[in-house]
Amino acid sequence: MRYAMAIDTKKCVGCSDCVVACQTENNVPEGFCRDWVTESVSGTYPQVEIELRSERCNHCEDAPCVRCCPTGASQIVDGGIVIVEHDECIGCGACIESCPYDARYVHPEGYVDKCTFCLHRVTEGLQPACVSVCPTKCMYFGDIDDPNSEISNMLKTRKQKTLAPEAGTNPHIFYLV
Amino acid sequence: MRTNRRQFIKISALGAGGLAAVTSTTSLGGSFLGIFDSADPGRDIDFKRTATYCEVCFWKCAAWTNVDKEGNIVKIIGNDDDPHCNGRLCPRGTGGVGMYNDSDRLKTPLIRVKGENGAEDTFREASWKEALDLIASKMKGIKEKYGAESFALLKHGSSGAHFEHLFKAYGSDTIGEPAYAQCRGPREQGFGATFGSWVGSPEPTDIRDTKCLVLIGSHIGENMHNTQVQELAEAIDKNVTIITVDPRLSTVASKSQHWLPIKPATDIALMLAWMHVIIYDELYDDKYIKKYTYGFDELKQHVKNYTPEWAYGITTIEPTVIRETARKMADAAPAVIIHPGRHVVWYGDDTQRERAMAILNGLLGSWGKRGGFYLKEKVKIPKYPQPAYPHPKWGWEEVSEDFPLAQMGLTNEIIRSSIPEENTKHKVKAWFVSGTNLPKSIPDTKNLEKALDSIEFLAVCDTMPMDVTGYADVVLPECTYLERYDKLRSATNREPSIALRAPAVKPKYNSKPSWWMAKKLGERLGLEAYFDYNDYSEVIDWQLRKLGSSLKEMKRLGVKKFDRTSGPLYIADGEDYEFATNTGKVELYSTELADLGFDPMPKYTAHPEPEQGFYRLIYGRAPMHTFSRTSNNPNLSELRDENKLWVNPKVAKLWSLKNDQKIYLKNQDGVVTTFPIKVRITERIRWDSIYMVHGFGNANKKLSRSYGKGASDTEMITNVMIDPIMGGTGMRGNFVTFIIDLKSVES
Repeated sequence: MRYAMAIDTKKCVGCSDCVVACQTENNVPEGFCRDWVTESVSGTYPQVEIELRSERCNHCEDAPCVRCCPTGASQIVDGGIVIVEHDECIGCGACIESCPYDARYVHPEGYVDKCTFCLHRVTEGLQPACVSVCPTKCMYFGDIDDPNSEISNMLKTRKQKTLAPEAGTNPHIFYLV
Repeated sequence: MRTNRRQFIKISALGAGGLAAVTSTTSLGGSFLGIFDSADPGRDIDFKRTATYCEVCFWKCAAWTNVDKEGNIVKIIGNDDDPHCNGRLCPRGTGGVGMYNDSDRLKTPLIRVKGENGAEDTFREASWKEALDLIASKMKGIKEKYGAESFALLKHGSSGAHFEHLFKAYGSDTIGEPAYAQCRGPREQGFGATFGSWVGSPEPTDIRDTKCLVLIGSHIGENMHNTQVQELAEAIDKNVTIITVDPRLSTVASKSQHWLPIKPATDIALMLAWMHVIIYDELYDDKYIKKYTYGFDELKQHVKNYTPEWAYGITTIEPTVIRETARKMADAAPAVIIHPGRHVVWYGDDTQRERAMAILNGLLGSWGKRGGFYLKEKVKIPKYPQPAYPHPKWGWEEVSEDFPLAQMGLTNEIIRSSIPEENTKHKVKAWFVSGTNLPKSIPDTKNLEKALDSIEFLAVCDTMPMDVTGYADVVLPECTYLERYDKLRSATNREPSIALRAPAVKPKYNSKPSWWMAKKLGERLGLEAYFDYNDYSEVIDWQLRKLGSSLKEMKRLGVKKFDRTSGPLYIADGEDYEFATNTGKVELYSTELADLGFDPMPKYTAHPEPEQGFYRLIYGRAPMHTFSRTSNNPNLSELRDENKLWVNPKVAKLWSLKNDQKIYLKNQDGVVTTFPIKVRITERIRWDSIYMVHGFGNANKKLSRSYGKGASDTEMITNVMIDPIMGGTGMRGNFVTFIIDLKSVES
C-alpha cells in the first residue's frame, strides 16, 4: 500500500476549491493553508503557456522532515503518509526548514501542521477532501502499489513530472502534463 | 463616492451605539476563530446535514450544510444528485461557510440620521418594527403622492423574488435586475431572434459531448459556472478542440488548441469571415440548411466580401488561422458550440454580436443537437393560491419602451427615470434594493449618484455592508442562505429537477429572511391576503405536495428529478421541427429585427480605439469570487483579497512599471480610481489592453477584509454604449492611463 496523488494540469483551472475544502475539512486556521495553487507562465506573447498546479506536502519516501525531527513527531504511517503527531511536536521548525516544498506551517497552538492526505477520511474509505470537491476531477488519489488502481493507470498512460526532483526525496505528488 | 443630499455613510460612522456594540440575539455557537480552534477534523457521520442550494452565485448548486453538535456550520458539500453540481461545489460554494461566519455582516436594522449643523449623516440601530414601519409608511406615501409605480425594485438573487411578490401586490411592476441589461440580455435577444429561444441559465450547452468549443471572450474556469467547468474538463478528457478568442490568455485559452488574441472590439468581423469561409468553402450541410434555416441566400450575399483577408486587417487574426478554425468547427458540426457567453454587454452592438454567434451555430446546425445545444426543460412550480396582482398604469415595460426588444426591466432606464432632469415619460421616486451592490454593478457612477441624490427614499436589503448600503435611508440585515427558506429552485436543464433551500441554523445576530421582511411589509400595507402563511415552508410544502413530493421528502433528498415531458433532448436527423421564430426556421436573416428596423444580419462597426498612452479596460472574473459579493468572505478573501492590473511587459517597460507597484488609473473622462491597484506584468495580455478582475476596490470601511483592496473597474466605466435593440449597457469602450505618482492623487 502506497498512497499517492496525480494532478492533471491540463484540466486544473486553478479555482482553489481544493484549498477551501481543505480548510473547512481540517479546521485550518485563518491565514494558513495545507494546500495552495501556483501558476507558472512561460513564453512570450502570443506564444504563451500556463501551468496551474494544486500543491501540498509531497508525502516523500525519503522525507527530510521525518529525518530531522528531534522528537519523532514527524513520521511516516501506513500507506506512506507523512504526518505530524501534534502531541509530540515541540514546534522547533526544523522540518519546515528542511521541506523542499514549503508545505508546513506552525499552527497558532504551537505545533507544526500540514497535509495528511486527509488520513481521517482515507481510513474510512473516502477520498481526501480536496480530491472529493474538485469540479474538474483533475486529482487522482489512490494506491500506486495496486497496478489496477485509477492512479496507477493515469501514471502509466500520461506524461508526468514531480516537483523539485533534485531534492532527492522521492515525492508522491505527480503532475500530469 | 459621495453625493450632496444622499450623503454616503460609511457604516463604520455610526451614531450612538456603534455596530461593534451589537450583540447577537441568537446563540452564535462559537466565533469564527473558535471554529478553527480545534485541529481535529470532525467525522461526517457526526454532522447534521440540511438541504440547501447555494446563493454565493446564480448557478444555485444544491448542497448539504453540515452542522456539528455544537451548532457550528462546519462545511458545505455538493449534493450528488444535483445536475448543477454533481456533488462538487466550486470554491465559492465550499466557502459559503465564510458568508455565514463573516463578523462584518449586517447585524441589525439601521436608520439614517441626518447630520446637524454640517455634521455627516450617520446610521442608528433600529428595531425591526421601526425599520419596517418606516419603509411601509414611505411605500404608502409614495403610492398616495405619485402612484405605487414610482417605487422601483432593483434586485438580484433569491431574496429579490420575495420583494418582487411584495411589489407586484403593492402595485409596482417597476422592477429591474442588472442580470439583464448589465449582463446577459443581448445574448437572450440575439439567440431568441435566431432560434426563438432564450439561452437561459444554466446555459443548455452540451459541452460534455462537444467536439469543438468556441469561446469568444468567455472565460470558463475563471467564471466558475459549475456545470460548464465540470463539462469542460470532461470534454478535455475526450480531446475536444477548443478555440478561444480573447485579447487575454485566459485560463481556458491556455487549454485551447487555438488561441486567437483578437484586437478587442472586432469580434463581429472575425465571425463574418468565419461565415464567409463556411459558406463559400461549402463547409455546411446543405440538406440541413434547406430544411431548417431561413435566409441562407441573403446571408451568403451579405458575407460575400467578408473574406478572411478583409478580417485580418481588422482583427489582426491571420487569414490562415481564420480558415483553419472555421474548418475545425465545420468538421465537428453539429457537435460544435459557439458559446453565447454570459456577461456580454461590451460595445453597444452586443445583440448583433450575439446574433453572429447564433448564426454560426445555425449554419453549423448545432441547436438541438448532441454536442451542440440540448433542448432544455424545467419543472413548472405550482402557483401558491393568492389574489391576482393589481394592474399598474406603467411598469418596467413602459420605462424600457425605447428599446423594442427589452424583455426584462432595464435597471439603467429605471435609474434614468429617477433623475428629474432626464426627459423620461415616467418618473421614479424611490427604490428598494435587494441583493445587488449598485455601485459595482451599474456603470457610470456619476449618473447613478445623480439618481441616488434625487430619489426620496432608499431601502437596501443585504447580508453585508456593501457599498450600496451607505446610500440607504434604511438598511435591512438579511440572514444568509444557510439560515433561511427560499423559493424552490427550478431551472432549465437536461433533466428537470427541483431543489430545496432550508435553514441549517437559526439566523445569526438580528438578521431575518427576506420572505419574512416582505410578509411583514405586506401586512403593514394591508396586503395580508398575499402573505397567507406564517412560515415560508408552508408555501413550499403546498407546492411540493402538488408536485407529488413534500417538504419532509425534500428535506431528505435535497434534489428531486422529474421525467422530461417536452420530448427528447435532441432533434433527430431529418425530424420535422418548428423553431419558435416568425418563420418557424432558424433565422439566419432575422425577420423580427428587420420588422423593427434593425439590421437583419450583423454588420461590423469600427469602435473607437484608445489614444496613445491609454489602454482598453477589460475586466473579468476570478474563480473564487462572485462580483463584489464575496470580496470580504473570510475563506475566499484569503485566496485573493485584491485585484491586480495585468499589463503587457512591453507596456510595463515603457512606463517603467514593476510588479506589485501601486498605481492609480485614470480614464478617458478624467475619472481616477478611488484606490490604487498593484501591477502584474504578464505576457498573457495584448499591449493595447489592460485587464483586472471585477468586484474589488470596496469603499466601505466596515468591510474589514476588503476595504480599499484593489481598484474598482466599474468606476472607470463612464462611457456606456447602449444597445439600441434591447438597452444593454456596453462597458468595454473605456480607456485608462496610469498615474504613477501616487502623491499627485492622494494630496
